[in-house]
Amino acid sequence: MNAPVYNFAYLDEQTKRMIRRAILKAIAIPGYQVPFASREMPMPYGWGTGGVQVTAAILGPADVLKVIDQGSDDTTNAISIRKFFARTAGVATTTATADATVIQTRHRIPEAPLHGGQVLVYQVPIPEPLRFLEPRETETRRMHALGEYGLMHVKLYEDIARFGHIATSYAYPVKVNARYVMDPSPTPKFDNPKMDNCPALQLFGAGREKRIYAIPPYTSVVSLDFEDHPFTRYRFDAPCALCGADDSYLDEIVTDDQGSRMFVCSDTDYCENRQAQGHRGSESAAPHKERPHG
Amino acid sequence: MADSKIAVQDNDQPLLLADGLGKSYGRLSACRDVSFALYPGEVLAIVGESGSGKSTLLQLLSAQLSPSAGKVSYRMRDGVMRDLAALGEAERRFLLRTDWGYVHQDPVLGLRMAVSAGANVGERLMAVGWNHYGRIRDTATSWLERVEIDVGRIDDAPRTYSGGMRQRLQIARNLVTEPRLVFMDEPTGGLDVSVQARLLDLMRNLVSELGLAAIVVTHDLAVARLLSHRVMVMKGGRVIETGLTDQVLDDPREPYTQLLVSSILPA
Repeated sequence: MNAPVYNFAYLDEQTKRMIRRAILKAIAIPGYQVPFASREMPMPYGWGTGGVQVTAAILGPADVLKVIDQGSDDTTNAISIRKFFARTAGVATTTATADATVIQTRHRIPEAPLHGGQVLVYQVPIPEPLRFLEPRETETRRMHALGEYGLMHVKLYEDIARFGHIATSYAYPVKVNARYVMDPSPTPKFDNPKMDNCPALQLFGAGREKRIYAIPPYTSVVSLDFEDHPFTRYRFDAPCALCGADDSYLDEIVTDDQGSRMFVCSDTDYCENRQAQGHRGSESAAPHKERPHG
Repeated sequence: MADSKIAVQDNDQPLLLADGLGKSYGRLSACRDVSFALYPGEVLAIVGESGSGKSTLLQLLSAQLSPSAGKVSYRMRDGVMRDLAALGEAERRFLLRTDWGYVHQDPVLGLRMAVSAGANVGERLMAVGWNHYGRIRDTATSWLERVEIDVGRIDDAPRTYSGGMRQRLQIARNLVTEPRLVFMDEPTGGLDVSVQARLLDLMRNLVSELGLAAIVVTHDLAVARLLSHRVMVMKGGRVIETGLTDQVLDDPREPYTQLLVSSILPA
């Protein structure tokens, strides 16, 4: 039986060239959405087809790949993509943020600071920050070209008028390099400050919408706000129940149907590292304890 | 203030100048050889039946269509007369959302129906760089008061507004940046008579308070009589008669204008 033989990292070389060109252009114009000829990938749209194509185009044999989904290294999506590249490119994989050279992510930026030489690849569902206010693509492109971003503040105004504060908590619009307004993909706004002046290269791939954009290393990224309603980060006001961290982004986990819940770090690698260093939270004394049923 | 001195001097000079303006679509000529000057604070009505080229002319004047012949010049805030066709797109769009207003016949075209009234009014302010929520909201509130919309409805979307309220909101949205020239395309179309009367009253007050220049396209001679100082009558894409409003409407010279005036149903 003949097993199918794929090119290194699944995509053929001409496709990778095309994607690399788009990436180079995106890096040259920080925050600008570059159209590219997105390919069909062996996974459904919405599962990271854009991110996977960008990763495939930049991956080399010496790279070490980490894939996270909502901060976690061990959810279905993260494991599938990690296995996909382990099989098609034979690259080394890791869950440690510091050891990775390429990190593909869905909805989070790792807690551990990124360093120069690393590339963070985001999976993006909707690259256009103005989309829900201005449905015409021709018009939004013109607005980007002319730098007409008053409409973005209309969205923030609506938040304050309705909720008393800027209630947008993810996909919070940012201005890149004092020019283009960009959607940072659905990362929580907690992560927005990490994008500013980051030593790592940040690439964004939207497969269905066929767009690639980028933030080069050490580029200014400013979250939009009002003078009297400045940008604020948001996290649950609790320490992590496993590692006790009080500075990380937390997931809320419902533990029964009586209203009990616990908060744990969304970044599993960060949490495990802290536990290995001896940090303990309220729930971590007996991590394998099972409650009696019935 | 230096600004007001310049403005006073400018009142002697036209704000907008149309020169031999024409637009044709192939053999069809929608609008031919239109020339006039509009002065600051002046309200000009363009009347005529459907298909006479009124709306085409309005789009030519507001730089939304490019003319096939002739040109439109506009005196910018710095006092320099500029040919609209020579402006870059960025400048033209900036003009359209700061120094100009455009009131559509259908408010759905001129408003964002899904965002609140306050944001609709505030959008132009945010577009010119206002970055203080409290000030934007205060300005929006005072404009809603001026156009007689209940301030308690500032956070409601215009979807929930009546036709007359939508039209008043559209006017507030346009006037918030204190434009010097407002284009209106059938501003009272589709409204019932009592709402029309109230809207006309409001517009007449605003225009005189703010010293706005306006170009109003209408097929309703009552609107022309109430709002405008001067009237231009169009037929088949040409201007056939022009003059002071009461002169044209009370003593029409052209047979077509006589027909228009006599077609008004007696109340």
